Amino acid sequence: MSDATHIPQARDGEAEFGDYIALLKPRVMSLVVFTAMVGLLVAPTPVHPMVGFAAILFIAVGAGGSGALNMWWDADIDAVMRRTKSRPVPAGRVTPDQALAFGLTLSGFAIVMLALATNLFAAGLLAFTIFFYAVIYTMWLKRWTPQNIVIGGAAGAFPPMIGWAAATGGVSLESVLMFALIFMWTPPHFWALALFMRSDYDDAGVPMLTVTHGRRITRAHILAYTLLLVPVALALAFTPVGGPVYAIVALAMNALFVKGAYDIWRRDEPMSETDNFRVEKAFFRFSLLYLFAHFGALLIDALLRLAGVM
Amino acid sequence: MAIRAEHELHRRRLSRNVGLGVVLVGFVAVIFGLTVAKVSNNGAVEGFDHVVRPSLLEAGE
Repeated sequence: MSDATHIPQARDGEAEFGDYIALLKPRVMSLVVFTAMVGLLVAPTPVHPMVGFAAILFIAVGAGGSGALNMWWDADIDAVMRRTKSRPVPAGRVTPDQALAFGLTLSGFAIVMLALATNLFAAGLLAFTIFFYAVIYTMWLKRWTPQNIVIGGAAGAFPPMIGWAAATGGVSLESVLMFALIFMWTPPHFWALALFMRSDYDDAGVPMLTVTHGRRITRAHILAYTLLLVPVALALAFTPVGGPVYAIVALAMNALFVKGAYDIWRRDEPMSETDNFRVEKAFFRFSLLYLFAHFGALLIDALLRLAGVM
Repeated sequence: MAIRAEHELHRRRLSRNVGLGVVLVGFVAVIFGLTVAKVSNNGAVEGFDHVVRPSLLEAGE
């Protein structure tokens, strides 16, 4: 009797656990978890810690489910781009059907569980976010319009609103401004990436602004959106969730962000190629810090209020 | 006699099975925690059937 017959080579679909984790886009999820947590914690309605933890967990699972659906649909272009060709589906470790089933199951599960843990409004908002990311952005906008990043950015902007809704059961000016902050931040963030990852998007035929309108226009767009982002970021300081820490952080971060966008706008291609896109790469890295710093500052102000310092 | 050789495939299956097990145990813990949080509603959990509810007693009773 033998329990291990001859297996010539691993078959498709024999993924390991980590491949399923990779389908959830854990790096994107870290942003979702953090912003949703801030949205939930700065809300004026106190939430039981266990309910708050469960709410953030299910928001994260929903984001992961939509990430898996995105990888299912985009497997063809992921296979072409250097940055994404080792993802589980294009690499053949997970079959497209498995990714689809995994994404749908997790999405449905997360929506139902968020409704049970918190309220129907928050669950409805999560359902809309998943639909927006998987269908509106991934299936429709991404391959159709160079404004894909602008409108698709809304999907990444919803988590703090869902966190706020999980606590309060509704929407308010503060949660809309938190949404707007991420929404306006997304285009400069991704266009900076597109400037130095250019061959990737060209090869995949994704109509990024760099491909359709050229790099000069993209640089101008980065500056324009950064300037539009500033009043949104500063406006949050004047709402009840803002405070002195947020105001100082927002002033400093926006000054540096505008400076970075201005530097990108002033440069041309020969200058960028000479130093291997040093300014563009620095701007992209700083954009991540920018967002984490804004939401971190909101959290610190909330903790200071809780401690009775303000 | 059973073949003892460990194929790479078995390692991947084991990682999936162990991972799923951990996720399921975690899910049970979350549901249990949520249940306690919802039932207690920020107060002590009290029995409602055939027992005296402490919160209904007079002070010192």
